[in-house]
Amino acid sequence: MAKLRRGMAGRGARFLKDWSLPRQLAGESPMSTAARSTTSENLRPRLEQADRVGTSICPFCAVGCSQLVYAKNGKPIHIEGDPRSPVNQGTLCPKGAGTLGVLLSPQRINKVLYRAPHATEWEERPLDWAMERVAQLTKQARDETFVERLPDGKVVNHTIGIGSLGGATLDNEENYLIKKLFNGGLGMVTIENQARI
Amino acid sequence: MALWDLANSDWVITMGSNMAENHPIAFRFLVEAKRRGATLVHVDPRYTRTGANCDIHAPIRSGSDIAFLGGMIHYILEGDHWFRDFALAYTNIAHIIEDAYADPEQGDGVFSGFDPQQGDYSEESWQYKGKIVPSPIAEHRVQGEQKGAQSESMAEGPPPQDPTLQHPNCVYQIMRRHYARYTPEMVEQVTGCPRETFLSICELVAQNSGRDRTGAFAYAVGWTHHTYGVQIIRAATIVQSLLGNVGRPGGGIMALRGHTSIQGSTDIPTLYNMLPTYLPQPNAFHDHATLDRYIASETPATGWWHNFPKYIVSLLKAWYGENATAANEWGYQHIPKLTGDVSQLPMTLAMSNGVVKGQFFIGQNPVVGAVNTALVEKGLARLEWMVVRDIAMTETANFWQKGNRIQRGEARPEEIGTEVFFFPAALAAEKGGTVTNTSRLVQWHDAVCEPPGSSRSDLWFIYHLGRRLKQLYAGSTAPRDRAIQALTWDYPMMGDKQEPDAEAVLQEINGYTVADRKLVPNYQALKDDGSTACGGWMYSGVFPKEGQNQARSRRPDKPGGPGSHLGWAFAWPSNRRTLYNRASADPEGRPWSERKKMIWWDEGQGKWTGLDVPDFEPEKRPDYRPDWSKNPHGMEALGGADPFIMEPDGQSMLFVPSGLKDGPLPTYYEPLESPVRNPFYRQQANPTAKIWEQPGNELHGIGDPRFPYVLTTFRLTELHCGGVMSRIAPHTAELQPEAFVELPPELARELGIEHLGWTTLSTLRGEVEMRAMVTERLTPFEINGRRVYQIGVPWVYGWEGYARGDVANVLLAITGDANTSIHTTKALTCNLRAGRRAGTRSGPDAG
Ligand code: SF4
Repeated sequence: MAKLRRGMAGRGARFLKDWSLPRQLAGESPMSTAARSTTSENLRPRLEQADRVGTSICPFCAVGCSQLVYAKNGKPIHIEGDPRSPVNQGTLCPKGAGTLGVLLSPQRINKVLYRAPHATEWEERPLDWAMERVAQLTKQARDETFVERLPDGKVVNHTIGIGSLGGATLDNEENYLIKKLFNGGLGMVTIENQARI
Repeated sequence: MALWDLANSDWVITMGSNMAENHPIAFRFLVEAKRRGATLVHVDPRYTRTGANCDIHAPIRSGSDIAFLGGMIHYILEGDHWFRDFALAYTNIAHIIEDAYADPEQGDGVFSGFDPQQGDYSEESWQYKGKIVPSPIAEHRVQGEQKGAQSESMAEGPPPQDPTLQHPNCVYQIMRRHYARYTPEMVEQVTGCPRETFLSICELVAQNSGRDRTGAFAYAVGWTHHTYGVQIIRAATIVQSLLGNVGRPGGGIMALRGHTSIQGSTDIPTLYNMLPTYLPQPNAFHDHATLDRYIASETPATGWWHNFPKYIVSLLKAWYGENATAANEWGYQHIPKLTGDVSQLPMTLAMSNGVVKGQFFIGQNPVVGAVNTALVEKGLARLEWMVVRDIAMTETANFWQKGNRIQRGEARPEEIGTEVFFFPAALAAEKGGTVTNTSRLVQWHDAVCEPPGSSRSDLWFIYHLGRRLKQLYAGSTAPRDRAIQALTWDYPMMGDKQEPDAEAVLQEINGYTVADRKLVPNYQALKDDGSTACGGWMYSGVFPKEGQNQARSRRPDKPGGPGSHLGWAFAWPSNRRTLYNRASADPEGRPWSERKKMIWWDEGQGKWTGLDVPDFEPEKRPDYRPDWSKNPHGMEALGGADPFIMEPDGQSMLFVPSGLKDGPLPTYYEPLESPVRNPFYRQQANPTAKIWEQPGNELHGIGDPRFPYVLTTFRLTELHCGGVMSRIAPHTAELQPEAFVELPPELARELGIEHLGWTTLSTLRGEVEMRAMVTERLTPFEINGRRVYQIGVPWVYGWEGYARGDVANVLLAITGDANTSIHTTKALTCNLRAGRRAGTRSGPDAG
């Protein structure tokens, strides 16, 4: 019985010694030694498991904060501000800090969805099928609405029967190809994005 | 200016922006400036965290900004507080304007040249006397009369000037007369800001600008989302040019733009009126029938834009490759011509009028983010088909199932014939590419992880769509199909998903010599003879050599370094961090002061040098003067002390002779919807504002008693714009779970509204319900002796994601800024009452 009590006292003493709060209350820095405990010693940073790290830019606002993205088996496991960036020096705002939550959100959709005219529900469709259908519809709409000349003979070579909206959330290379294909290739002029608004 | 340069400012006025909440990481440079002794000011209808972190908060009624800034110009001119050595040398303050010019002071709110039938201006009477001045901005060149061919007069001699500033029609005298009535009393009466507060801000900027001290403005869509948004920014430009706060460390006007690459999508535009990097889209009603005519009318005689032919020919070579030859005008006829404004607002109307058959939505959600979104939904229902590319379900994609009209029983899905495709998209970390931030910093992001399932980058989508279309058109012999056949469309693909290589696209944007496909080092290497190809001349230098992607460069300055961080990514043009930085030195080329030095002339080396890349011809001596006897063109017509090289005479334009649709000087108009009459003029609103009144898009009259409250919309730190992107992120959504309206306690008492209780807001466009946030952050204004209540709503909610609420933009009307066609979201009128709205509920607890 006495032995048991001694054992408990010993464990209690060890716990008290290990517990960081009394040391912090005694004035030791919570940033260094007084933050240590057996539990903290056994914690490993999540990003140690990463097999890849790359530089990214926050997908939200135009401040352009840099991020370090850590991935394992092709999936992101951790995102933090890049300390080298003179823009954010490692910091991120609540949105930027929530980027992992966006990438991994259960609300993300990873299938192509299709809604037939007058249908009440979505259906899933293969990517290849949808790409071909959109290409066909684009060609058909262009061919039906393309104008080579105005009634007074002025050449316009355009269509206003197809429009495109969006671009400010995309990459420069993507915007470049959208304008090149839609405007320079198909003659679409109704091309806009959030930059105007 | 670079974002981090704000830390060098001695004062910063944030106005038209809630920077601490909406550009939080940029705001840390203001915090740093304050730590170094700067004074911070927030001018805003609402008291927010920005105001809380500033030394002065000046409340103003939404939309009254030009009265406030005009008052500052008045204070600076009448008190002789302007930086004389700077403004006399670097602005058009001494230029003499045509005799026929008449000011709104004479015309009761309208400038000379107005055609009331057409509702637009002719700029003839605004020109420098005896000259025809071309506009430096392509966007405006394309809309106004074409002056390129006639701008020869600029090469014949300098514009007439009176350095003594006595001439009655010199810009100085015109401005003094124009702003004579913008007194502190008037500012108080119009904006509601107490005059002592206003005057303390005037004193602050006047005392802390000059050789030794500089300051900056920071703005966001609180300035642009008006029918006179461009003129608000112009008013700040006048303040800054008069005070010498342009092109100098800590000086300038910081545009805090919205989305991650909104600057990039302006430069390399998915916009209707521009080809990449600010070349005008050809227009059937301008002198653009042939490439020669287009070049002749779009090339100004003097200034940097004289290089225009090199840029357009190189673009055509990039797009049509070997199919672009001298014999076929380098493929110029393949480029479609405009016949009018087809920007987003007319696009919305075109959809609702049934003109559009098919529509792509690529990372944009107009059912939440556009204005008058009930009308947007009607437009979507009239499309034959539409494609939505996003990462999660958006209100635009399922308008036919859950839209406002469905919720309220006005339509049923079975009645809507639109065929809808939803393609899942990849996010930045899942694809490689560049985005351009708000201070022109082009930064590469890596593909670190895989996009899930069938998600693909937008690069993949557009590239493979293009390949399929090229196949579909391969056999055609119709001339109208030549463009798609001629288009160069061959980028290397990577991996089993066949992802196109974004670096190859960036190399095309950078440009290369056609013969050997060697990348060009900069845009100075571009030619107009078809020997170079370049997709976006301003970005030349981002990829100057094989293997040297400057957007990937990650070498910041060390502490104590110059602080321009030239090794961190790439800033267009030519990696310059501060535009027009020649103005950081005096006319002789010496820094204005040691404290504010940036670039200077090094006589020993015979070139410009300093802490930034000089935004000037590197070896042009400060004492170089054009030899007018030789009829100089291009840069030869600009002297060594003319810093503003994109302008036709290198001088900053206080008074703008060409390029603005609504007048050469900012002048005060009320918002289209206002509770009061314009206290300055009989002309109530901007006479050139774009108004599309039609059923479902009606406007409220002046002081309409049914809609007595001033409404402004805003967004939140945690939720980003109309995108579902932040509403699907669990913890940002949890922080701002539900839509609300902010209103002052006085109004809440008057209307019997309780904090957190339900309220209904309405306009002639629609009705929405939200919880009340009763807060002293808003205070009633005394305008012209009348009490006016200001309220505000965040516009970031919809019915998708975890954070939900009614779509606030249902309340807004489609109206456009005269110059840019930007919509009005910051100042309108509405009604507010306690209780929920009629019809099916869509609130978060509606199930
Ligand atoms: S972290 Fe915040 S401030 Fe930085 S880019 Fe992202 S959203 Fe903008």
